[in-house]
Amino acid sequence: MPRLSLKRLWAMARKEALHIGRDKRSLAMAFAVPAAMVLLFGYVITFDINDIPTAVLDQSQTSQSRNLVDAFRSSGYFRITRQLASDAEISPLLTRGAVRMVLVIPPDFAKHLAAAEPAPVQCLVDGGDANTASIAINYAQAIVTSYSATAVLKGRALPVPVQVESRVWYNEDLKSSNMIVPGLMATIMMILSALLTSLTIAREWERGTMEQLAATPVHRLEVIFGKLLPYLGIGFVDIVLVAVVGGVVFAVPFRGSALFLVVTAMLFLVGAQGLGMFISAAAKSQFLATQLAMLATMLPSLLLSGLIFDLASMPTALQLISLAVPARYFVVVLRGIFLKGVGLRVLWGQALGMLVFAAAGLTLAVRAFRKEIA
Amino acid sequence: MKDLRLDAAGSEAAPIPNPQSPIPTTSCAVEVEDLTKKFGDFTAVDRVTFTVEPGEIFGFLGPNGAGKTTTIRMLTGLLQATSGDACVAGLDVKMQTEAVKQRIGYMSQLFSLYGDLTVDENIAFFAGLYGVRGERLEARRAWVLRMAGLEHHHGQLTAELSLGWKQRLALGCAVLHEPPILFLDEPTSGVDPISRRNFWELIYSLADAGTTVLVSTHYMEEAEYCHRLALMNRGRLIALDTPANVRRLMPEPLLEIVTADGPGVAQALQGRPGVTEAALFGRAVHVTVENAEAAARELPAFLASRRLPVERVHTIEPSLEDVFVALVRREGGAVAG
Amino acid sequence: MDALTIEVAKGALFGLVGPDGAGKTTTLRMLAGVLPPTSGDALVGGVSVARDPEGVKHHIAYMAQRFGLYNDLTVRENIEFYADLYEVPAPERPKRIERLYRFSSLGPFEHRLAGQLSGGMKQKLSLSCALVHHPEILLLDEPTFGVDPISRRDLWLIVHEMVAEGVTVFVTTAYMDEAERCDQVALMNRGRIIALDTPAALQRSYGGEMVAVRVSDRRAAARTLVEVPGVRRATVFGETIHVTLDARRTGWPAAERALAGAGITVLETADAQPSLEDVFIDRVGEMPGIGDSGLGIRE
Repeated sequence: MPRLSLKRLWAMARKEALHIGRDKRSLAMAFAVPAAMVLLFGYVITFDINDIPTAVLDQSQTSQSRNLVDAFRSSGYFRITRQLASDAEISPLLTRGAVRMVLVIPPDFAKHLAAAEPAPVQCLVDGGDANTASIAINYAQAIVTSYSATAVLKGRALPVPVQVESRVWYNEDLKSSNMIVPGLMATIMMILSALLTSLTIAREWERGTMEQLAATPVHRLEVIFGKLLPYLGIGFVDIVLVAVVGGVVFAVPFRGSALFLVVTAMLFLVGAQGLGMFISAAAKSQFLATQLAMLATMLPSLLLSGLIFDLASMPTALQLISLAVPARYFVVVLRGIFLKGVGLRVLWGQALGMLVFAAAGLTLAVRAFRKEIA
Repeated sequence: MKDLRLDAAGSEAAPIPNPQSPIPTTSCAVEVEDLTKKFGDFTAVDRVTFTVEPGEIFGFLGPNGAGKTTTIRMLTGLLQATSGDACVAGLDVKMQTEAVKQRIGYMSQLFSLYGDLTVDENIAFFAGLYGVRGERLEARRAWVLRMAGLEHHHGQLTAELSLGWKQRLALGCAVLHEPPILFLDEPTSGVDPISRRNFWELIYSLADAGTTVLVSTHYMEEAEYCHRLALMNRGRLIALDTPANVRRLMPEPLLEIVTADGPGVAQALQGRPGVTEAALFGRAVHVTVENAEAAARELPAFLASRRLPVERVHTIEPSLEDVFVALVRREGGAVAG
Repeated sequence: MDALTIEVAKGALFGLVGPDGAGKTTTLRMLAGVLPPTSGDALVGGVSVARDPEGVKHHIAYMAQRFGLYNDLTVRENIEFYADLYEVPAPERPKRIERLYRFSSLGPFEHRLAGQLSGGMKQKLSLSCALVHHPEILLLDEPTFGVDPISRRDLWLIVHEMVAEGVTVFVTTAYMDEAERCDQVALMNRGRIIALDTPAALQRSYGGEMVAVRVSDRRAAARTLVEVPGVRRATVFGETIHVTLDARRTGWPAAERALAGAGITVLETADAQPSLEDVFIDRVGEMPGIGDSGLGIRE
């Protein structure tokens, strides 16, 4: 077993830190990009639907129908942009996309209500964006139900046989930013880490400095670990940065243990950066390395990590593939820490997955890196 | 045009024909006046003035950092001069930079050829850049391949050629469009002695056909092949003349000490009073001294006292390298760093 | 690269010369343990290159042909880095670095980024980094490539001082005058060693007798001389021509007559010893690497 030297490892780390510090562009990328991505993704990816453009055809024109329309308006989910006069106007509006929904209240609405008979109203929804459509329908349903209740009760208490009292845990306001931002940390760190480290070894081969280095007694492990250290440091700062931006800008709560976050984050970084170095050592060309790094990290982390799209609803094949996506585990951990306040006891499975990932990343990197020219 | 390739029997290889096409007569080949380049506070080239005659082989010598490459870059339009005038191939470099580029060939220190293209593809590429087409392209292409010795290897990847061949191909590509002026920046660095001589024979044949060649080099013997030399140091021109005349500029007498322990002798003479410089020259030591007779008397005794073997001490005519070093030293040494 | 057998004594200066593509860099890389040999072995500092390439590295310092240091680190940072890699003890360092600065005149540029140094200074920096840990064996791949004559002299002064201190130096070079100073020279072509001896012995092995002549028109003279029977070769060397004759006594007068007949004035004639470059040209032949098998293979 060759003697490993901490001094040499530290020398490698210090040198790498100097390189990073003197490369303004990489530095900007390392710190500005995560912050920018959080802001961008946080604002852009939102499942909260508000202000759905709506048109109303009130054929009843009674105080009851107007109350119903008010209920829709004041919910905040719908924005009444026009009042229609006839149903001939409905089709062109929806086709054009001028409105996403049309609320039709038939002429005998008030009469039915007064007679304690079912009083149907119609919601016509633009199904082009199926997601928004189904959410809109749900909102409409809820508004109408609540209106029905008040209409019927008129101050009297009415026992309802079964009632659902729903309470949303961890994310009471169902803010999608709470769902996105913690998980986003995983995606950002995965992509950024792999990108940053994918250059380091390939660059030295291309510039000829690796040939020189290879002729010294430095050990492969010293090179890999030495190079890893400064990037781990950067990763750590980035994690804190994202957490702070998330908390400050999006008011994402932090209910768990900071220590657990740091430990799992470091595990994740080791794996992601190890992967980057593996790509760098295998590709030996900076251009190829960056392409591969992007390919290996971007799509899987965005699509198969559970960040945006629910894993459980995906076809089995994809779910199996997602088991190999490291970000998947980290997303669960992050949501757990930020929103649920849980720790190792609950998340041990994910933590184990990340440990495996870290080990795999490092092993790949060490094996792929050879101190030989050919 | 015969080249210097000789085999043991003493017969030469067949001459390489150079298809003559009219080279535009120009009012100046290269005329430089007070050319200056400053990078912030640092003056890289300081009021350099010289003229190169058409068909001349003009050599640029100087230590690293003297300003040779910067000067060449200004003349080829790659760098804008801070002040001064330069006329190349009859055109003002500052005013007509792009037109100048059509009239010159340039072979840079770092290779201009694409390793992942074949020989043919590189030729085609450069032909395209300079607008060499049709029949003319065919003729020039054949000439380049023949000149570089690559007729049977024109489909080979350039990266697979060894250095000497790449140099010749690069030269060929630089003159595809038959420019009247050719700039070569250290074209034979690292090339073996045989290929170097072959390369120079090519330069000679181009010059014989009327091309003006400006070449920078670190090989002092190659400097001897030039018609005239410009010696630069710290951005300034410190000598401008034929090689023979430059050799006469030697400021101090030169002794040669033939010895079996060159390094030992050189080391022993460092800093000795009366000795300006003691340097290894092959196995011998060249010593620049203040007074030849005095040194010829004293040194053998001194060296003997140090038990250093001395076969012979005699005055010699300085070579260009000796003069080069002495002149640069007199001008305050090379630009440090 | 084909079967190579060499033995270099401790403290010797060994030169490897040959045309580009001959295999010099490949050889050096194998000795440095950064390129595994296909077959055969080398013992460097007593350690097998094939079985223990990492072990070799404790005994050597390698200077690659291409500048292998970090352009975005300063002179000092590069040297300290290499001192760290070889674990040079801290108390030793100031003295060693001081000495290196004196050799190389790099002192005033301690804090300059390596990328901003001129070619000659870069090579001196590379050499300094190689020497900081006092290696037993120094492997230098064309250390004077692209370096001006002044810096070349400085570099060689450093190398010679190392040799004087007992360091074994193995150097490849394209400069024949540098090869002449080596204790032993190996001449390589197309992956094989074609000659291996002391420079003096190699020069003695040169076939024919040599006259060095200065003339009024070198190229015309060379062309004329080559036609003269008895003249084996006429090679231009700067301002002189080295004329190789079967026999000087009989051959030279004929040559002189030929020159006169061609209207060329002879300025100076002298008997000459063939230089190593002459030997090189003699052995390697006209077009190094080219022949029936095609172009020289790039290393």
